[in-house]
Order: sequence, then structure tokens, then C-alpha cells
Amino acid sequence: MEIAVDGVSKTYGRGSAANPALTPTSFTIAQNEFVTIVGPSGCGKSTLLMMMAGLLGPTSGRVLLDNVAIDGPPRGVSVVFQDYGRSLFPWMTVERNLAMATVSQRLSRRELAGRIERALRNVELVGQEKRYPWQLSGGMQQRVAIARALVAEPRIMLMDEPFAAVDAQTRAGLEDLVLRIRDAYGVTVALVTHDIDESVYLADRVLVLGAGPGRLLCEIAVPLPTPRSQIETKRLPLFADLRAEVFQLVMRPRESPL
Amino acid sequence: MSDIIRRPTHLAARAVEALWVVALLLGLWELVGRRSHTVFFPPFSKVCSQFADDWLTNRPSTLFLTDNFWDTVPITLSRFARGWAIAVVAGIGIGVVLGRSPIVRVMYSPIIRFFMSLPNAALLPIALQFFGLGGGMNLFLIAFGTVWLIATNTADGVGDVNDEWMRTARSLRLPHRTLYARVILPAASPHIFAGLRVSVGFALILMVVGEYYATTAGLGHAVSRFQQTFRYTEMWSAFLLIALIGIVVNMAFDAIERRALRWQRRAGLAEL
Repeated sequence: MEIAVDGVSKTYGRGSAANPALTPTSFTIAQNEFVTIVGPSGCGKSTLLMMMAGLLGPTSGRVLLDNVAIDGPPRGVSVVFQDYGRSLFPWMTVERNLAMATVSQRLSRRELAGRIERALRNVELVGQEKRYPWQLSGGMQQRVAIARALVAEPRIMLMDEPFAAVDAQTRAGLEDLVLRIRDAYGVTVALVTHDIDESVYLADRVLVLGAGPGRLLCEIAVPLPTPRSQIETKRLPLFADLRAEVFQLVMRPRESPL
Repeated sequence: MSDIIRRPTHLAARAVEALWVVALLLGLWELVGRRSHTVFFPPFSKVCSQFADDWLTNRPSTLFLTDNFWDTVPITLSRFARGWAIAVVAGIGIGVVLGRSPIVRVMYSPIIRFFMSLPNAALLPIALQFFGLGGGMNLFLIAFGTVWLIATNTADGVGDVNDEWMRTARSLRLPHRTLYARVILPAASPHIFAGLRVSVGFALILMVVGEYYATTAGLGHAVSRFQQTFRYTEMWSAFLLIALIGIVVNMAFDAIERRALRWQRRAGLAEL
């Protein structure tokens, strides 16, 4: 499934109080591509992702999935939010949380069980079905959230700073997990992050956003070899060059408004 | 707060701490009852033996309770249960509509505030007027006297569901029924239970008040009949039974609430 963002912008408020969060922005993401969206805080990257998820209406422009404009959360798109503590439902077991992703698909009991089993295997949480989210560590909870996204068997996965709330070691493990999942499920991924290393490490292509007001600065292709490795990939001179390039774009001083 | 004050650790010591005031008051009752010569105020020990005569037997076939008990208490409890059940179902239903629709809420909140502020016992003559003596009037009194409390608490909870849970539910494309049954109601359950807890107390009061004045059977009726026929020891014995039933009903509610809201305490959301 291909995503096209076509002149999408978002302005909060009206008239003199109008506050442009994102100026008109266009790009496309190809089938099975992994795109990261990086930028300083206030660049509108999460706003952009929420509009791609159909959870927020754009002020102008359209989001198209396979050339069809979306109007609300579309079928085939799963979202993983930053705050797993508030996106998993604490009154449900892991298993029931996962099942919520397929309610609208009316699966048979067997089919659902198979999907839950596969998703938990992919996020390495087999055996945790009957536990509650609050019985799990932060990293495990975010893996449950990823598993819930997978259970719907999406063609697109949108991730909003999914690893911002976990420690560095857990984060590296989750990054590699997401890369493996992309291959296992053949899914298209758009991931928002403020972490420059992460944006280069994960991506086939990096979209760099600037702040004040939010806008797309440039797209950088990442021709690093796959599969990626936390040690080998990050040791490559090309990784260092790409990282430096993104770094300069993200950290450059804000251009003064006209 | 209780962390600062050192609590006794032994069970016996804790029981003494919790019960010494009660024991003192009962002792005082006994003393005053024995010394005074009025028939209105029999000593506690006499009330206790009357209680045993009235309600307890040694027949295992009736669970060690008298026929008198089985003729009285089930009627009272069933009125309480039916009246309160009507209030719970109607109150949660009304509360969900109010909580999800700001327009409905604005339109109806003056009416609900009116019913909430009305002292419940003031409904008694009106209920009598409409339903006459008997069970229907009791059910009406209990249900109407507690439904608004449940409705407003439910509306608060339902209107205040965490945005991130709602956003997640939207992105999962949950059908309406699932959204309400599996997300909105559970998320609002701490508020709903807060309303139910207060309403249980109200329902118990209204159960007794209704029976005092306007029935021909039940525990409240027994108390009022004993009072009118100068059988004060029996009156106190029935009164004691009402108090015990109140304690048991509240303990049962506590147990249900603790189980239902376990996730909230464990998830560290108890302040929500």
C-alpha cells in the first residue's frame, strides 16, 4: 500500500490566534518502504503522523492510500503511540488488548488465536497472554502495543515516537525488532522520532522536518546495507556521513520569520 | 497518612484497636439500661437474648435462622435488591447518554440537580399517592431516590475518559457497541462505583423508611409494629438485625468493588 501526502497542512486556532503547526507538505511512501520522520520539537512531526492515521483532519490537502483519500482511520493502517501506558487498556489482559485490534474484522476464534500467537511470537512475548499490562515492564508494554498493531495484519504501520519512553538498551532491541517485523509482515512503516541516530539506522529514507513553522526541509535516501546491525551498521563511514547530514539539518538555527 | 502512624502488627492488637470504642459504647448501653427503669431502653444483654430468640434457632435445615427471619428478611432484601437494581440499570443508562452528549447534559442537568437536592424521604407521600401501600411503592422510593446519584457519577466518568484511550479506540476502528462496553464503561468504572457506593447507603435508608410507613411486611414494618405495640425489646432486636444487614451489604459491595477495580489500583491509576 502506498501513502501519498498531498499538500497537507495543519493550523490550530483561527484568525489572529492562528498557529500554523505544519505548512503544506507533500511526499509519498512506497509499498514496503521504511520512512522515518525526524525533526526538532515543534516541527509538527506528530501532527503529520496523526493526519496520516486519519485521527486528525488536515486544514488543507489530502492523505491518499493507493490513490484514495482517507476520511478517518482507514482499514489496513495500525498506529503505535508513544505513551503505551495510556494506549493499552489496563482493565484487559494482553490477549484481550490484542483482540481489540480485530473486532471490526469479525475473525473466527481460531483465526484470531493464530494471529495473536504469531504477533506475540514476533515481539517475543509468548506466554504473557493472560497477564495485565501493569504486570509488564515498559519495554514489554510497548511490545504488546506493537503486537496489537500486528494482529490487525496491517499493510501500513504508523509509529509515533514509539521508543521515547524506554531506556537505551531496550530501545536498541526494539529498533531491531521493528526492522524484523517489517520483513516478517511485509508492512510499510512510517516512524516519527526525535532521535537522529534512530532515524538513520531504521530508514530507507529520512524525511527531515524543520520548526517555526513546521515544514519538510528535505528527504535523504539511506542506502545502508541490510539487514542492519547495531554494531556493524553504525560503524560504517556512510552511517556517520548520513547522521552528520541529518544532524546539521535538525540542529540548524531557525530561520527568522519574514 | 496511615504510614506515619505506626500500626500494631498483631491481629489481636489490631482488633482491640478497632473495637475498643464499640465495646465501650455497648458497655455504657448495658450500664445505663440496667440502672434506668424505663421500658424504652432495655440493656444490651437483654436485646441480645431477644435477638437470639427472634432470629436464631438450632435447626440446620433453616440455616440456624427462625421462620420469623425467613418470613421477614427476604421480603425486605428483595425490595432493596430490586429497587436498587432498577436504579443501577437506569442510572448507568442515563449517565452514559448525559456523559457522551454535552447538549443533552446542558438540557437535563437542572432537572437532575432538582431531583438530587430533593431530600429522598420527601418522596414518601408522593410515592404513597401513586403506588399506595405495598411493594411497588417501596421499589419506586428506592429506585427514584438513588438513580440520579448513579446517573451523575456515571456521566462524570463517561465524559472524562482519558483522551489517549479514546484515540486508541478510534484508531482500532472499534464498533460503537464495543467502544461503549469494552472501553468507555470500564474506563468510567471508578466513577461509576463511587456513585454506586453512596447509593447503596441511600437505598438501605429508603428501604427501611418505606417499610416503616407503608407496608404490611418486612423488617422495617416489624420495627414500627413493635414500637407501636410497646414491645421495645423486640424493636431493638429487629433494629440490630437491620444494622447487621447494612454491614453485610456494605461488605459485599466492598468485595465486588475491590475485585472490579483491581486494575486501577495495580496500574497506579487510583488517583485518576
